[in-house]
Amino acid sequence: MNLHWNRKDLLGLRELSADEINFILETADAFKQVGTREIKKVPALRGKTLVNFFVEPSTRTRTSFELAAFRLSADVINLSASTSSLAKGETLKDTARNLEALYADILVLRHSSAGAPQFLAQRLKASVINAGDGAHEHPTQALLDLYTIREKRGKIADLHVVIVGDILFSRVARSNIFGLVKLGARVTLIGPTTLVPREFEKLGVAVSHEIDNVLPEADVVNLLRIQHERQRKEYFPGLSEYTALFGLTKERAKLLKPDCLIMHPGPINRGVEIDSEVADGAQSVILDQVTNGLAVRMAVLYLCGGIST
Amino acid sequence: MNDSKQSSSSASVPIMDAEAIRGALRRIAHEIIERNPDLRAVVLAGIPSRGDEIARRIAGFIAEIEKTAVDSGVIDVAMHRDDVGTRTQLPIVKASQLPTRLEGRTVIIVDDVLFTGRTVRAAMDAIGSFGRPARIQLAALIDRGHRELPIRADYVGKNLPTAANEKVRLRLEQTDGEPDAVWLEKQ
Repeated sequence: MNLHWNRKDLLGLRELSADEINFILETADAFKQVGTREIKKVPALRGKTLVNFFVEPSTRTRTSFELAAFRLSADVINLSASTSSLAKGETLKDTARNLEALYADILVLRHSSAGAPQFLAQRLKASVINAGDGAHEHPTQALLDLYTIREKRGKIADLHVVIVGDILFSRVARSNIFGLVKLGARVTLIGPTTLVPREFEKLGVAVSHEIDNVLPEADVVNLLRIQHERQRKEYFPGLSEYTALFGLTKERAKLLKPDCLIMHPGPINRGVEIDSEVADGAQSVILDQVTNGLAVRMAVLYLCGGIST
Repeated sequence: MNDSKQSSSSASVPIMDAEAIRGALRRIAHEIIERNPDLRAVVLAGIPSRGDEIARRIAGFIAEIEKTAVDSGVIDVAMHRDDVGTRTQLPIVKASQLPTRLEGRTVIIVDDVLFTGRTVRAAMDAIGSFGRPARIQLAALIDRGHRELPIRADYVGKNLPTAANEKVRLRLEQTDGEPDAVWLEKQ
């Protein structure tokens, strides 16, 4: 690959080319190797300061970014909405400018509003990494999903990837769709008609509401977490009805090809979108996703934080 | 880093052809054999992408001469460099591969062109994260001088005095798809 990396921010997969996505995945190979060394730490971002700014709660994404930063020798500050001045009425831009006045080099932002990372990226010298903005994008989650598929199946092009769940409100689904389509996968979205509207077909994917017809031809099934804390009654049928219609139960898993991968961004709701036996079964790569998330985030921090702006 | 784009204003002087490169690497293989009585302790660590190929060739000559296979690995130095954060674009990082137990081993760093020494410093740092070898040695196909750090090679294919504004251009069949050759290019 003759390409060079020259972006300071990672805001979403929509604006990346297939080459740039592959560049990140190949870089992640090198950082995954670092995890197997006797000393699992490299000096790449020594002297850089990373701020994890999570306006929406998240433990696993924040921890993954934090560990990734530690392994790159960066210093890390964690801020959440309740500990930041946002709670006192400060605007997002003022908070961010204050962070920059402290010489923060990389800002990892999770925010409930779509577009918040882009807003800051245009105004700050620091690198801005989107760790999830509203229902818009969650690029590092999609990158780790792509990385895991590529690692387990050796390729992404021409694979049939099925994404099940609340697509409408899912930034994970949206980023996955952009990435998978760019890399040549065939994507089918499955869920209740209220949560998987036909408009998604415009993104180059298929939409179905009959999971049992699609599972037998899937190469990858990615089950999204049912965010029951966010669901509103008019969209969502109820947990037990959802499980009956769309859950990957033990019985339904028998429809899958033996080499079909089962993925989930976590945290899983056992017995809702996936049965325990399936989540812990041989086809599940859910824990590989967690390990790969660290390598992918190291790659993203190295690339965006490692260039001179 | 050590190559420049071919341009009409630069004059190119041929330095080595395929036969000269072959001879130089074969001689390095002989010197490695002489200085390392226990070849089983030796690990060749090539710096991608050409150092990697040169390490493979040296290992091939050692196998041919001594009928012994030496371990060969890859050490990418990108994440150990001291200029991260100063460049406006970053090249791809390759995964490193070295035996996990380096205790008691002799790691020989293999690079194409030895210049400032900064890449070698980064390689020594990277090797340290894999373990603590008994010793580290350095082999380079070309030593062009202009060191910025106190580093010297143990095995050199060709010493090539250069001016600071000259560039050494190396091409290898396997990495570049062109016949093996070295030129000195004047700006």
